[in-house]
Amino acid sequence: MSTPTSAPATVAPAVSPNIWRPSGLISFLVIIVAMAGLPLVASTYTLTLMVPFFGFAIALLGFNLLLGYTGLLSFGHAMFLGIGAYAAALMTSKLGVRSLELTLLVAVAAAVVIAVPVGFLCVRYTRIFFGMLTLAFGMLFHSILFKFYGLTGGDQGMRVMRPLLFGMEFEGGKTAFITGPFYYYALGLLTLLGYAMWRIVRSPFGLHLTAIRENAQKAAYLGVTVSRMRLAAYVISGVYGAIGGVILAVTIGLADPEIVYWTQSGNLVFMAVLGGSGAFAGPVVGGLAFVLLQDTVMSATQYWRFVMGAVLVLIVIFFPRGIAGLFGDAFARLKRGS
Amino acid sequence: MTVFLDVLLGGVFHAAILFLVAAGLQLVFGVQKVINLACGSFYALGAYFGITAVGLASAVGFPAWTVLPVLVLAGLVIGLVGLPVERILRTVYRRDESYQLLLTFGLLLMFQDVFRFFWGATPRTLDNAYLAYGTAEFLGLRVPTYNLLVIAASIAIAVALGAFLQRTRTGRIIRATAENRDMSEGLGVNSSRVFAAVFTVGCMLGTVGGALVVPASASSLDMAVELVVEAFAVVVIGGLGSMRGALAGALIVGLIRAAAIMVLPEAEILSIYLVVIAVLILRPAGLFGKAMA
Repeated sequence: MSTPTSAPATVAPAVSPNIWRPSGLISFLVIIVAMAGLPLVASTYTLTLMVPFFGFAIALLGFNLLLGYTGLLSFGHAMFLGIGAYAAALMTSKLGVRSLELTLLVAVAAAVVIAVPVGFLCVRYTRIFFGMLTLAFGMLFHSILFKFYGLTGGDQGMRVMRPLLFGMEFEGGKTAFITGPFYYYALGLLTLLGYAMWRIVRSPFGLHLTAIRENAQKAAYLGVTVSRMRLAAYVISGVYGAIGGVILAVTIGLADPEIVYWTQSGNLVFMAVLGGSGAFAGPVVGGLAFVLLQDTVMSATQYWRFVMGAVLVLIVIFFPRGIAGLFGDAFARLKRGS
Repeated sequence: MTVFLDVLLGGVFHAAILFLVAAGLQLVFGVQKVINLACGSFYALGAYFGITAVGLASAVGFPAWTVLPVLVLAGLVIGLVGLPVERILRTVYRRDESYQLLLTFGLLLMFQDVFRFFWGATPRTLDNAYLAYGTAEFLGLRVPTYNLLVIAASIAIAVALGAFLQRTRTGRIIRATAENRDMSEGLGVNSSRVFAAVFTVGCMLGTVGGALVVPASASSLDMAVELVVEAFAVVVIGGLGSMRGALAGALIVGLIRAAAIMVLPEAEILSIYLVVIAVLILRPAGLFGKAMA
């Protein structure tokens, strides 16, 4: 019985992630503009759904730098959501620092401090071994959060106080804050980070990552420092994850160990594949679809996990390129038809 | 001394159960190269179904001592669910492993609600069965005889499985398919049937493991996702695809957990993952795995 690395060469990925890329930025901008206009038409309830989506979208942009561009499947990425969430909890309720900008900085710093050593150990492996090592680190982090009650509040978690945006206090209830100023704050953050990610994947660095994904040996031969590039990608994706975690925790008002459990990492992979990890905006679309789908199914039946699981199974079997792939096909057919 | 023995027996009991599930995971990984996240669901399925089966058996008047055989039988019967599940999994054998992981993750989510639908959200226990066999004196320590029986059953299954894979014709065909699917197909092996059979046996190992654990602990909706990571730890420590590795890994994880609960309860899970990470870093192929190419 052999290890996966020596699996027969016929087991090639059925999907070439390169098929549909050109309109990635456009799709992303369409979503941003639609979200910016949403408060004018949508109900408060829909808006409270969209804010966590912004958090997930930011995390997914980073996650896809690993999965879609570098070809590394992390099954422990929820760890970074947790780092962001607990950084927010620590800053606002333990240290009494309520500036969101400072919290974000601390979250980013914490993510870098943890991602560098963890990434250093993980990126030496690829494929299933990378996935398992990241899973193990994620669960290690979870067990610390879960078991060390005095430090982290255990399964009760820690409260996250309402932060100050640019040093400003807002009157009004929690919902008004989340769907009002915080909505635009998170959307602005998503726009900025999305643009930054677009620049990253189009830069020479991004091209290096793509070369590594296609053929790491060849890339190394051409002078790409494979491990260092992978590590950089891991750290960047960790930073995105932590920022997404801050947004999520502020929305929920709580940081609890559930956010780092391995099933949450599985959900991130779910979202990325649902949208299509081959396209720039794919995971963002997937995050939106996931949030809307989950909300619809949850309000319809208590057996929502069954439906979500079935959707995932069907997507994997029939539409492995996700929603972006479907759109890409339709787009290509349209072009050929005209 | 008593504390030490307590840890030893508790750890080995847990290891016996873990081994069964991990052996199923290893078998499927070895032959199909698929990491089955749904192995935890099979475990939970065996547990729930075992409770129902024992309830039925005692309702029609089976004597109390039949608990163990009834549980094993229940595990074997419900393990047949592996056949339809394999049909679904078959669609992604030649795909990238991220899709295989995701597919089994989807199955795990679906099973979660199947349990909720049939057995409800409150944990279910099997009363009176645990001490049906009384207690035994073991080196000056009183332990439930049931624990010793389960350890013996697990060893018997391990030996039988090893003999089956190493000594029989079917076992040889399975190992050949694991080694090189295309070549064995070229030699006339119907690999689809081998895959279906292997997956079902792997599933049965999980369901029997789950059925055997219910007299000692409750079955709950969380047990599937909790066991997945533990079984993962076992196969990573032991080495993916290796049966001896599953045995060693299960013993290591079982004993570490039992010791940690005694010494430092906070580190119960933590200690397992520290070992996993150490193994992955020092010996990524695991203790008994083949070295990476």
